[in-house]
Amino acid sequence: MSFFVETLVGGLLAGVMYSLVAIGFVLVFKASGVFNFAQGSMVLCAALTFVTLRDKGLDFWLAALITLSVMVALGIAVERVVLRPLVNRPQITLFMATLGVSFVIEGVAQIVMGASVHELDLGIVDTPIEIGGVQVSQFDLAAAGTAGLLVIALSIFFNKTRVGIALRAIADDPQAALSIGIRLQTLWQIVWGVAGFVSLIAGLLWGARQGVQFALTLVVLKALPVLIIGGFTSIAGAIVGGLIVGAGDSLAEIYLGSLLGGSVSTWFAYVLAVAFLLVRPAGLFGEAPIERI
Amino acid sequence: MSAIGTDAIEGFSAADNTAQATRDRLRVGAAVLLLAALFGIPLVANDYWLNAVLIPFLIMSLTALGLNLLMGYAGQASLGTGGFMSVGAYATYNLLLRLPELPLPVSLLLGGIISGLVGIVAGLPSLRIKGFYLVASTLATQFLLEWLFNQYGWFSNYSTSSSISAPRLAIFGHDLSNPTGRYFLTLATVVVVTVVATRLVRSQTGRTWMAIRDMDTAAAVIGIPVSAGKLKAFFVSSLVIGIAGALWAFAYLGTVDARSFNLDRSFQVMFAIIIGGMGSISGNYLGAAFMILLPILLDHLGGGLFGGAVDAGQLENLQKALFGALIVWFLIKEPRGLAALLSRAWTQLTSRVDR
Repeated sequence: MSFFVETLVGGLLAGVMYSLVAIGFVLVFKASGVFNFAQGSMVLCAALTFVTLRDKGLDFWLAALITLSVMVALGIAVERVVLRPLVNRPQITLFMATLGVSFVIEGVAQIVMGASVHELDLGIVDTPIEIGGVQVSQFDLAAAGTAGLLVIALSIFFNKTRVGIALRAIADDPQAALSIGIRLQTLWQIVWGVAGFVSLIAGLLWGARQGVQFALTLVVLKALPVLIIGGFTSIAGAIVGGLIVGAGDSLAEIYLGSLLGGSVSTWFAYVLAVAFLLVRPAGLFGEAPIERI
Repeated sequence: MSAIGTDAIEGFSAADNTAQATRDRLRVGAAVLLLAALFGIPLVANDYWLNAVLIPFLIMSLTALGLNLLMGYAGQASLGTGGFMSVGAYATYNLLLRLPELPLPVSLLLGGIISGLVGIVAGLPSLRIKGFYLVASTLATQFLLEWLFNQYGWFSNYSTSSSISAPRLAIFGHDLSNPTGRYFLTLATVVVVTVVATRLVRSQTGRTWMAIRDMDTAAAVIGIPVSAGKLKAFFVSSLVIGIAGALWAFAYLGTVDARSFNLDRSFQVMFAIIIGGMGSISGNYLGAAFMILLPILLDHLGGGLFGGAVDAGQLENLQKALFGALIVWFLIKEPRGLAALLSRAWTQLTSRVDR
């Protein structure tokens, strides 16, 4: 039983890490309807930049600050150069464009900063601690705490600030938002900037956990089922979806994997997500679109 | 949206008749010329061109055609292409292995049909979910199939290595294992499937698909069988993709390997149809040419310009970045794909001929 609980808790905490990437998706999708596949390469880019700066002997906070400005600039550049000319195109075209962007980011980031695996030390001790008889990774706890702080910060941003409320108006109805004088393009740039910031946090935590390497871009594939379960438009959904996927994934790996005789982690989350979709076609917290003829 | 629709309307106006006839003659002439060129190619092309350029180009066109039927005509986006290709490849492999008395074309078709049936199952969620949620659910198919073929040895006849060599290709006693033979096998399949697909999209089925694509709720209201149409699209599309997958394994790679049908392949095919032109038959060939030729071109260009000066890993990164940039540039510049670009050029050309 304690093994079960341990697996469950480990899974839930890993799930929070997925949520971190998923939140970046949700921000951009909500505000501009772009399904940003480049989020994974932005995570890689952030981690690579940070590690390279640290290797050059820069102070932790200075490196974080520079990386942050690089990521915000990158996010804004993507919006300005790629997505603005593509306004009003089919969503699938926008999606493919972000895929092209991810090739560019991955290629350039590795040319500039090298393709070797880097260690990233955030100064968090990774020794398991025991809480109520259950072994919990300290690092995962810290990551979950960071994710929690991020969500609180984003909710305050979205609900209390002028910019946040304008963003919600755009998500609700872009035409109406435009007609009352909300600057759509400025706000899109802001949201891409924020997405850059979120990918910095995700990049640091994932990079510390797995080492900074090309495989970091694959977290995008882990974040997709999280998004589907939670709904593309809900930050709370991204967290809940992450918890479900994380717990489901690690439990399935132990119990279903031994039954089928192999690792099931590549597909289980997706099948779980499809099962959720069949019951809730727009995700748990997504808004079902109203169709008019 | 589709070129077919505009043709039909143009045909009604009497004043346009002679111009239309000239255009038709030119179009037929161009098609004949193209076919002659394709059949004449083995006389002049060497093995490198056949193996590394023409065969993958033709198979990629076929795959793109399969996905275009589903995505461009029926409006159901899918990233399960690689998975369906692997179903076709493994099904055909097992048919050739376990039922050697069947002739090659029959095995190929049966392999395609098995892939089509898998496609129907994979398409079931489309009855309930739409848009990006559907895209993500087709990813479930992709990963599940990839895992299945790696996990269970029966599919690869308990081969010890993960890739298995393809059985000998022969048709009615003629050996097709040499590059020219494989080229003709691919070309013949592509021509047959293209003809059938062209007829299909102009039939009742094709019109049903387009109605679903343009707005499925409206289509359902006027009594179009939406569910049946969607599943039919998944079946036909996966069938064509399955055949293409079998050809990819047998006629191009010479091995059946689940890793060559991964998510990157699915993305590649989707790029091909978006760059070529969604909802267009000719767009598939143009898009496939773009996706197959551009990397080869970048390869040669890179090797020629910086051979030795830059190491291979850096060159690969550079190519990747350049490829991504070109794709983005292209998506921005030509929203309706190469097919629209070419048809504009064609109209200009014919209007000059008419004068």
